[in-house]
Amino acid sequence: MVYIPHTDAERQAMLADIGVENVEELFWDIPEKFRYPQLDLPEPLSEMETLQELQFLAGLNLNANTTPAFLGAGAYRHWVPSVVDYVISRGEFYTAYTPYQAEVSQGTLQAIFEYESMICDLTGMNVANASHYDGATAAAEAVIQAYNTFRKKRNKVVLAPTIHPHYRQVIHTYTQGMGLEIVGGDDPTTEIAQLIELVDEQTACLILQTPDFLGQMHDLTGLADAIHARGKDTQFVVITNPISLGLLKPPGDYGADIVLGEGQPLGLGLNFGGPYLGFYATRSQYARQMAGRLVGKTVDLEGKEGYVMTLTTREQHIRRDKATSNICSNQGLMALAATVYMAALGKHGLRKVAELNYHKAHYAAAAIDAVKGFSVVRRKPFFNEFVVRCPKPADEVNTFLIDGMESVEIIGGYDLGQDYPHLADHMLVAVTEMNSRHEIDLLVEALSAFDN
Amino acid sequence: MTEPLIYELSSPGREGVKPPQLDVPESALPQDWLREDLPLPEVSEIDVVRHFLRLSQLNYAIDKGMYPLGSCTMKFNPKINEVTARLPGFTGVHPLQHPDIVQGALYVVYALQEYIKAIGGFAGVTLQPAAGAHGELVGVLIMRKYHLDRGEPQRDTILVPDSAHGTNPASTSMSGMRVVEIPSDARGNVDLDALRSQICDRVAGLMFTNPNTLGLFEEHMEEVINIVHSCGGLVYGDGANMNALMGIMRPGDAGIDVMHFNLHKTFSTPHGGGGPGCGAVGVAPHLVDYLPGPIVALDPDLSEDEDPYFIFHDPPKSIGRVKAFWGHFGIIVRAYTYIRMLGGEGLRRSAEHAVLNANYLLSRIKGVYPLPYDRICKHEFVVEGHFKDAPGVHALDIAKRLIDYGVHPPTNYFPLIVPEALMIEPTETESQQSLDNYADILLKIAEEALETPDLLHEAPHNTPVRRLDEVRAARNPVLRYEH
Repeated sequence: MVYIPHTDAERQAMLADIGVENVEELFWDIPEKFRYPQLDLPEPLSEMETLQELQFLAGLNLNANTTPAFLGAGAYRHWVPSVVDYVISRGEFYTAYTPYQAEVSQGTLQAIFEYESMICDLTGMNVANASHYDGATAAAEAVIQAYNTFRKKRNKVVLAPTIHPHYRQVIHTYTQGMGLEIVGGDDPTTEIAQLIELVDEQTACLILQTPDFLGQMHDLTGLADAIHARGKDTQFVVITNPISLGLLKPPGDYGADIVLGEGQPLGLGLNFGGPYLGFYATRSQYARQMAGRLVGKTVDLEGKEGYVMTLTTREQHIRRDKATSNICSNQGLMALAATVYMAALGKHGLRKVAELNYHKAHYAAAAIDAVKGFSVVRRKPFFNEFVVRCPKPADEVNTFLIDGMESVEIIGGYDLGQDYPHLADHMLVAVTEMNSRHEIDLLVEALSAFDN
Repeated sequence: MTEPLIYELSSPGREGVKPPQLDVPESALPQDWLREDLPLPEVSEIDVVRHFLRLSQLNYAIDKGMYPLGSCTMKFNPKINEVTARLPGFTGVHPLQHPDIVQGALYVVYALQEYIKAIGGFAGVTLQPAAGAHGELVGVLIMRKYHLDRGEPQRDTILVPDSAHGTNPASTSMSGMRVVEIPSDARGNVDLDALRSQICDRVAGLMFTNPNTLGLFEEHMEEVINIVHSCGGLVYGDGANMNALMGIMRPGDAGIDVMHFNLHKTFSTPHGGGGPGCGAVGVAPHLVDYLPGPIVALDPDLSEDEDPYFIFHDPPKSIGRVKAFWGHFGIIVRAYTYIRMLGGEGLRRSAEHAVLNANYLLSRIKGVYPLPYDRICKHEFVVEGHFKDAPGVHALDIAKRLIDYGVHPPTNYFPLIVPEALMIEPTETESQQSLDNYADILLKIAEEALETPDLLHEAPHNTPVRRLDEVRAARNPVLRYEH
């Protein structure tokens, strides 16, 4: 039996010590009619056969890392340095659990402290938690933090319509029992100024995303003051892209109260959508309303520096129904991966990666714009993602890019028609450091060949 | 030996791994938007490798030795799982690629949904939730919506046993419902009289852990479920303790309406130092339409002789999405791998040996450690960490002294209903020698408690750091590196 080390002799000896005849006796308190069902599962395979089966299944998928790909929309094809997997493959990291016994978990605890520090550096904030499940659930927790900051007395939330559709859906799901009024609409051309008009003294928070779901960068200058003034301290929440922060002034510098987003671009790979990483940071004064684990520095009884989970009275295992959130297991190993990524690239490398994204995306946009029938929608500046208006529905263009050419397969951008019906002929194109000039030129050639 | 912070290893100007050179013309950067400084570390690649390797060596882990954290199911994490999850055809797939070009990935998700249905006895499963607590939130929201749809908005209450994991009441509060606590009886079961007294038409449901957090199978399970169902309420199963039941009982058969499973416990996916996990949720037929979407389904429009094709399906009365994209695919691949290696028979044998191991370890120490409920346990058990003749010794001291002997302590101070609780879950992957070693250490510590208690009070002695000042950490929080 795989993974079970017992011999027959050992089993017999153990049963004797317990004082029962056989293993079945240990389950006599389970009602007999329910006991020992036949599970409808396939027969087991050896390790060799299991691997072969999964290799076959993996082979049925088109690998975006080895195919020219321009698909983003919340998950990005970025290069993962080899050191990341090296570190997260250490058994001491991935087969450990929550660092309840701090003395034998200093590796995990210090790594989390370093992660929290780097997220603060990246976002311009002064306290970050150990992670949320992803950007979408982090956004939902921000709403809850703001709601609790005002002691559940403010029930209005303003959401920018250009926040990722999945995030807006998750916010609605999480808050469906809280009696909130969520405003902001669904029109992606709504200006920020119009959203700020919706803020009043009943508003717990206003959330916007930059770069937004359509790739657009929004100028945050003056927004924090305007929102705080209009709403008497309504919380200003900004969702952002961590690679863009290698280049751009962080939301913390503009006065945001909470900064969060999807950490997948920080060395996590695509993995068909998960596990990913919700990074989350806020101002020190809100630390006690923030959800999630926190690691702090302290000393041991000999005065040596060490790290522990702290401010744990916020959490479910202490506060139970009054906890700031129910979160327990989070994205520990993914936060470690992101920490290694940020350390390995560092101050200089992350800036370079951000620049590569910016320059390649702008090169691609200019070239695509010049193709007859295609035009780039440029209402605002962009970082590494932009909207292309196509001569036909985007899904037809994508089918052509995959199937329509001999010996060329390209994974095209995201079909915006799936979320905004009036944008069915618009495609969201992402360009990262992994798109070589050759790949970009190939895309442009392919679009030129597209039968319009 | 402690390890400096990565920042403390920095040298100004030092570069780490190098991105590729720019191969397209530069565009003008948006000057007004640029940040002045990016204060991340400046270390080389070898610094990164050494730093994190040295950090890893400060950790205890399952790969090192027995780690019997109750309710966490710290079983061996099979290495084949790490190989299959890293196949490039899985790691390189973007979640928004067209279903045509990701059928292999969709098949794995679909198959695991079906396997969990079979193991749990459920009609529908979602793999979208990221962790057990996330699954609990899903379960409570499903119960809430079900009652609202049936015109019963007055059902605003969830009953939670006092032995429940903290995430149970926390999840209930997050969904806007109120918590009413139900005490346990003298044998460690949910107190039936207390339950009956709280039953009314305000009850949306009961959150029920079975085996419970004492490691005991609820002796009145059928009665409990019956009482809740007869008042129109639903029963939520907290599946954290499913390791005792795989192939032994299907919770769905007993009438559990909705239940979460912890793939990172029962199904061997790694704990990661605090995640990522996966909180799969299974539901009975009347709740299938409420699952968070999308889930993976067979394309219903295909004819019989066509090859199966997998698509995404949105349940018509869904509570809504609880996560971006589809779930923790990397974890799903690992759980799928595990179930393919074990099959139904292997899962049942795992549950049997988990329960065998727990009862054996209990039999070795029960004369010495006070046992609040003297019953055959399931995959874990709870003893009290104190001794009549050693009044100054507490569970915490015993836990810290275990560390000196090179093993990991059990869960402390949970469940709350047992004073000085030590919750011990060995799992099926420990051998008799490993269990005997742990028992011998526990018995030795019991002796030390009587003869040389200071050894316990000052433990651990041999670790990279000794007992840490948690009060100071909370009073003057230092939560980041200050430049």
